[in-house]
Amino acid sequence: MQRTLKRPNFAAWRQQSFVFALILLVLAVAVNVQLQPNFFKPSILSGNLRTYLPLMILAAGQTIVVLAGGIDLSVGATVSLANVVAVQTLGQNPSAGQIGLALLAGLAAGLAAGALNGLCVAYGRLQPIVTTFATSFVIGGAALAIMPSPGGFVPESLSAPYRSNPLAIPMTLWVAAALLGLWALVRQTRYRRYLYAVGSNPLAAYVTGVPVALIRLSSYMLSGLLAACAGIALMLSNSTGDALIGTTMTLDSIVAVVLGGTRLSGGHGGIAGSLIGVFVVGFMRSIISFANVPSWWQTLANSLIILIALAGPGLWALIRRRNV
Amino acid sequence: MKRFTLNPVVIALLLAAGLFALGGVIRPGFANYTLALNILRLAAFLAIVAAGQTLVVISGGEGIDLSVGAVVTLGAILVFRIANGSNALLLPALALALLVGALIGAINGVGITLLRVPPLVMTLGMTGVVGGLILVITQGRLVGAPAPALNALVSRPLVFGIPGVVLLWLVLGGLMWVLLERTVYGKQLFAIGMNRTTARLSGVRVPLVVIATYALSSMLAALGGVVLLGYTQNVFLNLGAPYTLPSIAAVVVGGTLIAGGMGSYWGTMAGALVLTILTSLLTALTLPESARQIIYGLTLLALLAVYGRERGLRQ
Repeated sequence: MQRTLKRPNFAAWRQQSFVFALILLVLAVAVNVQLQPNFFKPSILSGNLRTYLPLMILAAGQTIVVLAGGIDLSVGATVSLANVVAVQTLGQNPSAGQIGLALLAGLAAGLAAGALNGLCVAYGRLQPIVTTFATSFVIGGAALAIMPSPGGFVPESLSAPYRSNPLAIPMTLWVAAALLGLWALVRQTRYRRYLYAVGSNPLAAYVTGVPVALIRLSSYMLSGLLAACAGIALMLSNSTGDALIGTTMTLDSIVAVVLGGTRLSGGHGGIAGSLIGVFVVGFMRSIISFANVPSWWQTLANSLIILIALAGPGLWALIRRRNV
Repeated sequence: MKRFTLNPVVIALLLAAGLFALGGVIRPGFANYTLALNILRLAAFLAIVAAGQTLVVISGGEGIDLSVGAVVTLGAILVFRIANGSNALLLPALALALLVGALIGAINGVGITLLRVPPLVMTLGMTGVVGGLILVITQGRLVGAPAPALNALVSRPLVFGIPGVVLLWLVLGGLMWVLLERTVYGKQLFAIGMNRTTARLSGVRVPLVVIATYALSSMLAALGGVVLLGYTQNVFLNLGAPYTLPSIAAVVVGGTLIAGGMGSYWGTMAGALVLTILTSLLTALTLPESARQIIYGLTLLALLAVYGRERGLRQ
């Protein structure tokens, strides 16, 4: 049972983890270009990509929790909480200082939500799925208490940069690059090794002196923080606050993580795959809507493709097992 | 395993009784016979859906079925359309709904065993597919009518004012006990939940048992949907969605180990009662939606902390 803790073989996991998602992405882009010839037109591309930005940030946070062997079903509620906290703090005619305060308040709310999850799972040793399901009520309820009905006001000066394309490159790609850059920095540190160790074998990690509970707590706090960033991104894109805005995003974030090749059992995968996963989900959806699929069949077609994509690596392995 | 000698079923039942009494104290008129019957009826829907979830969780291997909510809706919609208000067509419609349910569950099981997709992911993906299937079937028009017999099952008192659906639930409880404790399938289910490798080496055909388990889970979810139709008298597209995660919570509150290999349906029944009483109590208190959600979440956390804790690494 005792697995020794060695440095993972980078070449090997890179080969397995998101190659499949990358193939899907290339396929999806190719079909999209076929269906809409102006797919790569900057205004259209950046508009398309911008709708994926919040989910992208959210999926990055979910990945960290999953890598550490947990799962976070409360991320959607955290998105909503940060969204309404930021919008409420902003008020009607915010000064520069108030804008800064609003952003900080949103991030703090996300961090607090993550800490609640982390404390329950890491120190309370409660089962992650049911625990984060329970906290999603607490967090979502808090969001509803703060803003019972959608509303608020976001000044144009604040939301304009969100819609801009610095250096003619869509904002979404800048954010993706920033996330990957930060992740690359984290990968240089001991933290990354601890994260993977806790996810793949917590007992072995504990025995070799890794602060398992602390790493788990931090993974949930990072997820909460990134969910808050997603909530703020949604505030900028919609220019309003809504206490239910994140509800449907939780399951999408898990789908993106799994499509990206990160194992739900923990300790295997990475953020790059999840970002690709988000784009795959988005591009597949736009294929269906452009391919003249009858409207009542669109959801079925879309979810069948996603299901097949999720089962794809398993299907491939099965065929190989049968042929050997 | 010492911790589980304090029977979780008893704890959950005591908790249910305590909550009910608390409701009577806080809100005079809460704890009366009619309301108790209504709570039992509401608990029955959740418990029927959670019956399959119990089997799935016991089967281990991170077993979980997130597709139950969608299947509940599908089952209700199929019977709503096909029986279309006729008692004669109710049984064929019910049979079809159960068959479709079993098929969906079997596909889940095949994906999980043969393709090795994690249960959470497979059943999550299936939720989307079933949702899409519902849209294709209905084309946005929810035509049909509830069969009168279904309504009678849910609302008309049979014995001592107890509606048929509660009796149906008790019968299901008995059947589940027989299934888990007195059949080969039950023994094999606990075996694969404890340790898949030892089960396989002792001759259990693991994939077959897993596929059957997920098929049963979806079938029971479809049954839950049909019974629920008798209560709501109408269908809508997210009729079943609110049952997915509470069904898992009911299983856990009932003391079934989320890691698998240990648990009972009695526990799940008690768990469903606890959750339903809690929801009814929060509704009766006429609190704002936000406060209700927060209290529900905190109570779930407290319940988990009482007996859903995992073993520490130090032990």
